[in-house]
Amino acid sequence: MTVISEGATAAPQAAQTAPLLEVRDLHVEFHTRDGVAKAVNGVNYSVQAGETLAVLGESGSGKSVTAQAIMGILDMPPGRIPQGQILFQGQDMLAMSGEQRRKIRGRKIAMIFQDALSSLNPVLSVGYQLGEMFRVHQGLSRKAAKAKAIELMDRVRIPAAAERVNDYPHQFSGGMRQRIMIAMALALEPDLIIADEPTTALDVTVQAQVMDLLAELQREYNMGLILITHDLGVVADVADKIAVMYAGRIVETAPVHQIYAAPAHPYTKGLLQSIPRLDRKGQELYAIKGLPPNLLHIPSGCAFNPRCPMAQDICRTEVPVLHTAGPGRGSACHFWKETLGE
Amino acid sequence: MPELTDPKPLTEATVAGVAVPAAPADPQREKARSLAGDAWRDLRRKPMFYISGLLILFLIVIAIWPSAIASGNPLACDLAKSQMGPTGGHPFGFDTQGCDVYTRTVYGARDSVAVGILTTLGATVLGSLLGGLAGFFGGIWDSLISMVSNIFFGIPILLGGVVFLSVVKGGSVATVTLFMVLLGWPQIARIARGAVITAKQQDYVQAARALGAGNTRMLLRHILPNALAPIIVVSTIALGTYISLEATLSFLGVGLKPPAVSWGIDISQASNQIRNAPHMLLWPAGALSITVLAFIMLGDAVRDALDPKLR
Amino acid sequence: MSDSTLEPILSVRNLVKHFPLTQGILFKKQIGAVKAVDGISFDLYPGETLGIVGESGCGKSTVAKLLMNLEQATSGEVFYKGQDITRLSGRALKAVRRNIQMVFQDPYTSLNPRMTVGDIIGEPFDIHPEVAPKGDRRKRVQELLDVVGLNPEYLNRYPHQFSGGQRQRIGIARGLALNPEVIICDEPVSALDVSVQAQVVNLMEKLQDEFGLSYIFIAHDLSIVRHISDRVGVMYLGKMAEIGTDAEIYDHPTHPYTQALLSAVPVPDPEAREHRERIILTGDVPSPANPPSGCRFRTRCWKAQERCSQEVPLLAVPSVFAGQDTPAAHESACHFAAEKDVVHAA
Repeated sequence: MTVISEGATAAPQAAQTAPLLEVRDLHVEFHTRDGVAKAVNGVNYSVQAGETLAVLGESGSGKSVTAQAIMGILDMPPGRIPQGQILFQGQDMLAMSGEQRRKIRGRKIAMIFQDALSSLNPVLSVGYQLGEMFRVHQGLSRKAAKAKAIELMDRVRIPAAAERVNDYPHQFSGGMRQRIMIAMALALEPDLIIADEPTTALDVTVQAQVMDLLAELQREYNMGLILITHDLGVVADVADKIAVMYAGRIVETAPVHQIYAAPAHPYTKGLLQSIPRLDRKGQELYAIKGLPPNLLHIPSGCAFNPRCPMAQDICRTEVPVLHTAGPGRGSACHFWKETLGE
Repeated sequence: MPELTDPKPLTEATVAGVAVPAAPADPQREKARSLAGDAWRDLRRKPMFYISGLLILFLIVIAIWPSAIASGNPLACDLAKSQMGPTGGHPFGFDTQGCDVYTRTVYGARDSVAVGILTTLGATVLGSLLGGLAGFFGGIWDSLISMVSNIFFGIPILLGGVVFLSVVKGGSVATVTLFMVLLGWPQIARIARGAVITAKQQDYVQAARALGAGNTRMLLRHILPNALAPIIVVSTIALGTYISLEATLSFLGVGLKPPAVSWGIDISQASNQIRNAPHMLLWPAGALSITVLAFIMLGDAVRDALDPKLR
Repeated sequence: MSDSTLEPILSVRNLVKHFPLTQGILFKKQIGAVKAVDGISFDLYPGETLGIVGESGCGKSTVAKLLMNLEQATSGEVFYKGQDITRLSGRALKAVRRNIQMVFQDPYTSLNPRMTVGDIIGEPFDIHPEVAPKGDRRKRVQELLDVVGLNPEYLNRYPHQFSGGQRQRIGIARGLALNPEVIICDEPVSALDVSVQAQVVNLMEKLQDEFGLSYIFIAHDLSIVRHISDRVGVMYLGKMAEIGTDAEIYDHPTHPYTQALLSAVPVPDPEAREHRERIILTGDVPSPANPPSGCRFRTRCWKAQERCSQEVPLLAVPSVFAGQDTPAAHESACHFAAEKDVVHAA
């Protein structure tokens, strides 16, 4: 896991330059039959080259929607971005023309999805689909593109790449298909990869292989990586820093070591306490009470207040700002000091 | 480690004052909403549903009670008025036989709609029964029913119509309906078979089986209600096509026969005279098109409303 | 809990399920079989939770269906209180079903969308009217809703008006309705959000204490299985690789597959990541239609030798540990069983 320590040492020096990607006060809403669902409500985060940011959240937290907004693959309508900026290498992508964005997508920012099978075209061979990237973007010949495809498949350690290049997606196992997706994302050597639950559909033994591969390739290409996941274990394994999302907001941000040692937001704290441990048999699990919020009716004040054991009157009326809770740490809780101190 | 994000102060304005409490509100106040209820709520918001619904309602009314808007007799003709254009009291003019086109168009609705509705009923009942059996029991039942339905699928409608209706003779609403049911059920059976197989694989059917439920209970309580939606949609759309099929058969002279009054018969007779008297074709053909369109629109609206994926 | 003086409530012996692979449409010809479950045996004792873990395709869900008689076993027996339930049908099967119930994985597909919650939870009483007299049912359903932590007034609502966690509670209430002794849980929390999983797991533990239930808890999440289980069985390609108490399996695994599986689980502790040893397996799980000869795990095993391809290892206490009083002395189907703690950071 040397990737982490390297990433960590490289990061401070990168901090002097502008971040690779910076999301500023992003809002996304969806117009549905039953009203306006506020999926993202003012998200700020940034990623440096060579750094892994884990965006952690449950379903409906807005983690995937934020990623889709960055990629420019949000369905609009019903989606709408009423305000916010997404700065990639200093340029606001939301202000760009469709043509300019297309040039960034795939070439500079690539995305890996959870479901590799439905992301690949079932009637084209994987070699063709990989090669297509080179034919379209770099104008390579069919033969040269195929050679490149084999090279990429080797890169992501698909055994016997030269023989399997003409196989179709269904002929590969889940883990292999996810490798192909990674190969496709890497094809044009992007600066930033967004991985949306890349290993959720995979078995643990295969999950470990794929995560290792991803981390290694990231280090090799010095890419930024945004890892979107709900799995606290995966985050602990690979991330440099974490942004925890709840009801479309970032409730806590911190370097990975600190958040597990001492969470500064009751939601993060509850999550960490609610997962059972492999290495010891615990007592009764701590359970966060109540239900994840309905995005059509986000509670006033702090969105977490109906489920929070520490909630006071102020939590029901006032939206907490992201307080600085230490170097590189932020907590959107009125009582972050108390949470941290406990 | 660099600063993650600049912790810009977030103002309250960013939450846009949403102050409604979380989802499941007071259970007493919130009425239970069934899927059918949701679909109905959805339908009532669609202009397409109103337009097609009103049209169909109107059609059914005049099919039952044509004299409400047409006082004449569709069979009372005066050869002297053959192919005359619109005159006072006869807004659509006269056909070759000198019959009033307006009256005949109105009266034509009855047989057209009757054949359409009866065929739909027959084909839906027969089709869902056989398709449901094939889907539920599978195995030999499935093979057998699929084979029979494929044979019926293979019969060219027009050839089949000519042979069947010349053998059976008649040309009444009953015989035409019988023939169309025979050709129409395989389409419904296919949909029903697929819907039943999909429903059968759902966990809730397994759950019922795990509880010890018998076949009848699983079919009636779990599978059928969930398989019904696609069948209803296809039947509604098919109703439109049955009406136009009846017209086609009548046009070819193998469907309804005079003295029956039907749009198909009138279109058939008018088609020879299209140069001399286009109005003879225009009205029955227009009525037919609008009717077919209305049913297809209704089917579309129902499908959208019943499809939970569009929610 | 697995007190050997107790009679097991459920005994599985050499259970086999092969799904035939056929070719041809009208004249079907069998060309092979998917060996989903290929001879597994275990016991379930009253009041305990037996966890069954394994990766997708290992056959653990098929085991659940076989125990519920939702699939017909190819061979082998499942004894419920001494009676082989795989051969039962009709009324006798229905009687047994009262005592063995199931909670399904997907709370979105396991409830009939066209029935109200009251009808769903009340359906067991329609099928087994002897359990609750007609006048009593509404009250019973409301009690059940209350037991699983839902508002008893929700009776007339439909499933789509509930969140995933609430639906899973409805599924559990339905499973409880007939006062069963055994509940088979097939991935009951894997479709739920992390913060809701804990609620449901706690509920299931509470109900176990309250009603003296025995659980078979099938899951791929090893951490949750450890949390809830008294004993754990690890499955690989239709066979049981290792079975023992939770401490035996998690702290003293002797089968290489168990060790690899445990080492691959990400632990929510960034401090551990530099210290933990990871066994990264190569390759993928072979197809159950054509499993490797001998030991099924040998194609991915770093210990594999000639013997492993020829001789199927039996599930038994390995001879190296036989007669010893050590937690490593539990049943493990490996020719070269050796203890290795992979869970705790060195």
